[in-house]
Amino acid sequence: MSKTLYDKIWDDHLVHQQPDGTTLLYVDRHLIHEVTSPQAFESLKMNKRKVRRPELALAVPDHNVPTTDRSKGITDKESKLQVDTLRDNCKEFGIQLFDVNDKRQGIVHIIGPEQGFTQPGTVIVCGDSHTATHGAFGSLAFGIGTSEVEHVLATQTLIQKKSKNFRINVNGSLPAGVTAKDVILKIIGTIGTAGGTGYVIEFSGEVIRKLSVEQRMTVCNMTIEAGARAGLIAPDEKTFEYFKNRPMSPKKNNWEKALTYWKTLYSDDGSRFDKEINIEGKDIEPLVTWGTSPQDVSPITGRVPDPELETDKERKTAMYRSLKYMGLKPNMKISDIKIDTIFIGSCTNGRIEDLRVAAELLKGKKISKYVTAMVVPGSGLVKKQAENEGLDKIFIEAGFQWREPGCSMCLAMNDDKLKSKERCASTSNRNFEGRQGRGGRTHLVSPGMAVAAAIQGRLSDVREIN
Amino acid sequence: MEKFKNIKSIPAYLALMNIDTDMIIPKQFLKTIKRTGLGKSLFYEMRYDENGKKIKEFILNNEPYSSSKILLTGKNFGCGSSREHAPWALLDFGIKCVISPSYADIFYNNCFNNGILPIIIDEKIIQELQEYCKRKEIIEINLNKQSILYGNKVIKFNLDPAKKKRLLEGLDDIGISLEKNTSIDEYEKKITINKPWIIKND
Repeated sequence: MSKTLYDKIWDDHLVHQQPDGTTLLYVDRHLIHEVTSPQAFESLKMNKRKVRRPELALAVPDHNVPTTDRSKGITDKESKLQVDTLRDNCKEFGIQLFDVNDKRQGIVHIIGPEQGFTQPGTVIVCGDSHTATHGAFGSLAFGIGTSEVEHVLATQTLIQKKSKNFRINVNGSLPAGVTAKDVILKIIGTIGTAGGTGYVIEFSGEVIRKLSVEQRMTVCNMTIEAGARAGLIAPDEKTFEYFKNRPMSPKKNNWEKALTYWKTLYSDDGSRFDKEINIEGKDIEPLVTWGTSPQDVSPITGRVPDPELETDKERKTAMYRSLKYMGLKPNMKISDIKIDTIFIGSCTNGRIEDLRVAAELLKGKKISKYVTAMVVPGSGLVKKQAENEGLDKIFIEAGFQWREPGCSMCLAMNDDKLKSKERCASTSNRNFEGRQGRGGRTHLVSPGMAVAAAIQGRLSDVREIN
Repeated sequence: MEKFKNIKSIPAYLALMNIDTDMIIPKQFLKTIKRTGLGKSLFYEMRYDENGKKIKEFILNNEPYSSSKILLTGKNFGCGSSREHAPWALLDFGIKCVISPSYADIFYNNCFNNGILPIIIDEKIIQELQEYCKRKEIIEINLNKQSILYGNKVIKFNLDPAKKKRLLEGLDDIGISLEKNTSIDEYEKKITINKPWIIKND
């Protein structure tokens, strides 16, 4: 019988299945960070339970860590306690930890693939919704709550019911200046923020095939913003090449065996999808968000929409609320929106290729004197690589701050946050009210568009930067 | 986990779609290493002004809604981050049941792990129920019968039988899964042969 990629991975991880479809699914890889794990470990201890497979977990502090000089430790007491608690728990239960000052420390979804901990065909979970990122390698990866973190620690499994199959084909090719970020924003704008609820989305088509693996991570990362817990892309030669010689990749004989298995990971011809849509690459422009939901997208050449033209009453109310929060007027030109802050980083766009694209556009230029701009590399290794290539100098000379790795201003748990009414062009993934700081206004963009905004001091078209 | 009991309460209505978990509990409260104490920070930025004073107009700041056990909301409730702090905050505030046309998947699952019942019901019914919020009248939730009782009406809702059982009996998922240890052992034995790179990598 023909199977989708999702069907194949699902079937390969069945530990136990009840007649009603409730399934115990095996978890191959568990990523842990400081914010969503302390209560799981606490409960484990209270119930005198053990961690079944500590060697299948990898922990790193990322959400809460400062991105400024770390040599004196973390000054925020609560943040420090959380990071210390993670360290203590990892020690007690024998889980590998990349601690704050480890050069491999970074955003959990960046270090997983970087180390080869993430692998095709595996089930990967983490107490973080952007776990969807790892689907770029053909792994079934999704975010879980803290109770489920505890469940995985204790049993190395999760209780699940199967989602439905949704395929999104992005056909043809992308125009110049259009990137993976624009592709996923286009998709979210098309199907809406709940369009993928109840589904696992497989991204396919020529555009997806042509993307690099890092760009594919950007696409899968924001699958959750379309409501789907997991996004998938079938692994190919690019994927296999990526995993060659990563520290935790399969070695020697196992590499050959793994490769043979990985090559079976694709949706069979004639496999059945519950839903399927097509998007033409040529129709995608550089996009920005104007509102407080990731589905609120507009081409950079467009205008802020008019809620009066919206027929759905609930949607109209939401649009008015968004515009009020964002301090925008209907019908104003998107490219007239002035920007105060630029954030380049996050699990969406904090990888070396993102930094290269941004630096290339920025070379020899200065950012507007009206903006504050920062680059937060996704991991210590990304930072080092960028420094080896001299990208840090380009950013610093242009007026950007060059920071230490972490989640930073994507969710503003540390000191990197917007003030009320401060407006940010951000390469992150969520433009929710208050996400980057109470009253802060977020416009989601690609790294290139962030650079364009930094230079012009307003939302600008990356295609006009030379 | 506590067993879910039937609820009688005046519902509180938040007429907004796509309420995300950042709204339910903003990040500054995620620094805790405990599950409890988040109720006072529930919907923090909607509930308190920049000086930490309660915003009068916000529904949960007013009696009788400040002791509501039932929350009515717009569609796609709980979207965004996977933070279980969202259901913890709702529960700590006293909300035991949410009624919405739809939910985000992760939030929906997190509810059942904390004894909260998320009911999915048609938008039309939400509109009927919000009248009870307005009039400050009690509605009733009966989980066993899968029904909402209001006025002289009884409306049935759908629920996965396994999830219903968990709430009713307050079951410990981990305890149940640990009973399947033999199946997990067997599965691991199988992949040690078929996919030797998964568990041991050398």
